[in-house]
Amino acid sequence: MTTPPTPCIRVHVDWTRCHGRGLCTELLPRLFGRDDWGYPIARDGAREPEVPASDLPEARRAVALCPRLALSLRADSV
Amino acid sequence: MTTSRLFAADGPGLAEHLRQFGALPDSADASLVSRLDQSGLTGRGGAGFPTGRKLASITGRKAVVIGNGAEGEPLSHKDAQLLSRSPHLVLDGLEVTAAAVSADKVVMYVPASAVSTIKRALRERASAKVDRHRVTIIEAPDGFVAGEESAVIRRVEGGPALPRDRTVLASTSGVRGRPTLVNNVETLAHVALIARYGPQWFRSVGDPSEPGTMLVTLAAHETRSVLEVPTGTQLGDLVGHVGVTDSGMPRAVLLGGYHGSWIPGTMITEARLSRAGLAHLGASPGAGIIHTLPMNQCGLARTAAILGYLADEGARQCGPCLNGLPRLARLFDVLAHRRVDEGLLAEVHRMIGVVDGRGSCRHPDGTARMARSALDTFAADITHHRHSRCEAALASMPSTAHSRHQTSGTR
Repeated sequence: MTTPPTPCIRVHVDWTRCHGRGLCTELLPRLFGRDDWGYPIARDGAREPEVPASDLPEARRAVALCPRLALSLRADSV
Repeated sequence: MTTSRLFAADGPGLAEHLRQFGALPDSADASLVSRLDQSGLTGRGGAGFPTGRKLASITGRKAVVIGNGAEGEPLSHKDAQLLSRSPHLVLDGLEVTAAAVSADKVVMYVPASAVSTIKRALRERASAKVDRHRVTIIEAPDGFVAGEESAVIRRVEGGPALPRDRTVLASTSGVRGRPTLVNNVETLAHVALIARYGPQWFRSVGDPSEPGTMLVTLAAHETRSVLEVPTGTQLGDLVGHVGVTDSGMPRAVLLGGYHGSWIPGTMITEARLSRAGLAHLGASPGAGIIHTLPMNQCGLARTAAILGYLADEGARQCGPCLNGLPRLARLFDVLAHRRVDEGLLAEVHRMIGVVDGRGSCRHPDGTARMARSALDTFAADITHHRHSRCEAALASMPSTAHSRHQTSGTR
């Protein structure tokens, strides 16, 4: 039996919306630090950092609560 | 060394164009994608994506096709030259592409300076009933990012020519959600030739992995000269062609423009103008810009000036780019003109990492690439600056360009 490929979920930041309020960095401290101006910066340096399964609930909260509606989750099956 | 395909006609008029190239074959659009695939044509706007695959990705209805002539890069002049000398070749490429994807809307996006030429060319074509599609001209504003794909789409929609956040490809959802194909004008001109003469003819010159000819802009000081050369042409031949320096060798060459990469002047004999021929130097031909830095100029000072320009030319939409690029430019300014220490260098490296990959478009990424290549190529200069000296200042004196370096050590 083969296991189906686990979809990989990534966080996309719409930088044109983000004002660096920092809520996502508090909910997802393992994914994001803050840069010199408070904007989220991916700890792994990825353009769209991957969300580990354990962080998925918090990632969904971050998407829902971002005051600038700048976050979205994207699935890719890589 | 030069080849004349794109500039073969005697003049920009339709009569000269038809005398040189003849009319487009009637059913050229039916086999266009396979011909482009076989030809190996890649986009000439800088990204170098295979043109056939890009066309094939347009599968939806009511497609929009845009010829992109916005050449925001100050070092580039090849699209302007192509539009003024061979507008009908570009418009042929636009027409056959529009037919191939059953386009519903066809746009020429060109700077103000090209609008009258394109208008005149479209009038000639209308009276001769050359085109099946009506072409709308939309003026591209000045600005470094105005030719970026999503900026083009926004402008065509009636918005500002600024990049937008994208999560789907333009081929799926571009202008007002419709499948959209944005092709550089030089790419379209090659398409027009491939539609006539076929893929084998196109591949008969150039680097086999990326065949054909390409337009290059040789940018030295204030001069811009445009040449058409086979891909894979040795960089040393090209640089020698303009005789940019007395010694025959520039201090360094910036390939691909302000988002490109610096390589040392000593490497130009080992570099060929194609992706394969530049990969070992960490560079790529981009949109064909070859900018030479003469021996008596400091690469760090030049890079600092370019970074200042790029910081100003941001769209001011994305925080990391809006804040990070001016910071990076200031750091390079210190690197170029004041005393250098280990802390400064570490901070430069850190700031490049902070901006890289953190914007809706690739403006911060391209800027980071250029800055990194400067740190590599001008590593010796950094050492000199640490000791309050500068290679350029030592190479030739006196001149205003490096007087700042000579005095900087005494501050």
